[in-house]
Amino acid sequence: MIPFDLEYYVPADVSEAYDWFRKLQEQGKDPVYYSGGTEILTFARLNRVRTGAVIDLKAIPDCRSLQMSGQLLEIGSCVSLSDLCAANPFPLLSLAARGVADQTSRNKITFGGNICGRIIYREAVLPLLLTDSAVVLAGENGMRAVSIHEVFEGRLKLRKGEFLVKTLTDIRFLPLPYYHEKRRKIGHVGYPIVTVAALKKDGKLRMAFSGVCAFPFRSDPMEQVLNDSSIPPHKRIEEAIGRLPGPVLDDIESSAPYRRFLLARTMADAIQSLESR
Amino acid sequence: MREPMPAADSVEMEVNGEKRRVNVRASSLLLHTLRNMLGLTGCKPGCENGDCGACTVLVEGLPMKSCLMLTAEANGRKVTTIEGLANSPATYAFAKNQAFQCGYCTPGFIVNCEGLRNAYPQADLETVRLWLESNICRCTSYEEIHAAVQEMLAGYRRTP
Repeated sequence: MIPFDLEYYVPADVSEAYDWFRKLQEQGKDPVYYSGGTEILTFARLNRVRTGAVIDLKAIPDCRSLQMSGQLLEIGSCVSLSDLCAANPFPLLSLAARGVADQTSRNKITFGGNICGRIIYREAVLPLLLTDSAVVLAGENGMRAVSIHEVFEGRLKLRKGEFLVKTLTDIRFLPLPYYHEKRRKIGHVGYPIVTVAALKKDGKLRMAFSGVCAFPFRSDPMEQVLNDSSIPPHKRIEEAIGRLPGPVLDDIESSAPYRRFLLARTMADAIQSLESR
Repeated sequence: MREPMPAADSVEMEVNGEKRRVNVRASSLLLHTLRNMLGLTGCKPGCENGDCGACTVLVEGLPMKSCLMLTAEANGRKVTTIEGLANSPATYAFAKNQAFQCGYCTPGFIVNCEGLRNAYPQADLETVRLWLESNICRCTSYEEIHAAVQEMLAGYRRTP
């Protein structure tokens, strides 16, 4: 049970969504955008989210698109993870999405919700970081498309009232060799100890990570050393781990030393898998 | 544009084939509306956190955890609970295979398996495994549940 009242809004298009946000903000209702809603409802039940209104984006056509548009794969923020996996336009992204929660939950969890959520793993973002994708954001000044690298630093840096409409990925990335591995404490459902997603483009490895630090990331300094073929792979991995962008998580899922060990093993598997392809 | 729903208002759904209108708070969860306002207590509260699957219902034929859905989101949609699945292939297969012990998780499992049959009547083992991961049985009747699902799908797999 959610221990407070809220109002529920279902805008039909992007501008109406922002208009509602602005009006509700002025009324002091502290609105939140709502897509799948699984995280909002879970946190609301625990009083970790409190809002007077939710703005459900699922009726907005732009947020529901899943199509090839010229040279771009366009994925709306309100596409459910299970629909994304079933359509499978981007196999690496399907693998990342399939690792989130369980099948029934993925019928409700959306692509955009996973990227914008408070839960730190945000695994659907890893393939976007690897493919230098763009994100389309909507807010006060209408819609803007920007590189994900400009607006994603551990989490999507949205301006007040802004929301993720869709992502755009160059289709030339879709058939490239890839690797994805999510290692959990136990079983097939749950948060990662380590997730590694990797892609090989123009002979160079690209790697992105979740579960290692308190945010998902792709790191240029790590990739530089990982692609230095003058160094043996185990040394490259050791040096790359020395260049992590933050402290290694040490929590109930795993101790930091075990995470580091598992990260090294998974990176070795990724290198072995991709260097021969 | 749909009219905004104030803090409390009416929602109309087709539940188990019948049109039902309920007055609810906009913050009401589908799980509690089904149980407390419509008397459909087959939909079980378990973790109420989206983890256990005991509260699973079908929304437009697709399994959803009703503890993770606002009632307002179901407005105008078809909802099927375990009460609407009497004599379904999944119900029959679970009974025949004794795929339960205490029975608390059973409605959620059956609803999920009906959703699987709707979506993938010829589901392979990997698909079955993926779908069954959504529900937890604390009595660990997983072997029997797996057997029930295999039996339910066997007829469809034989279809040439």
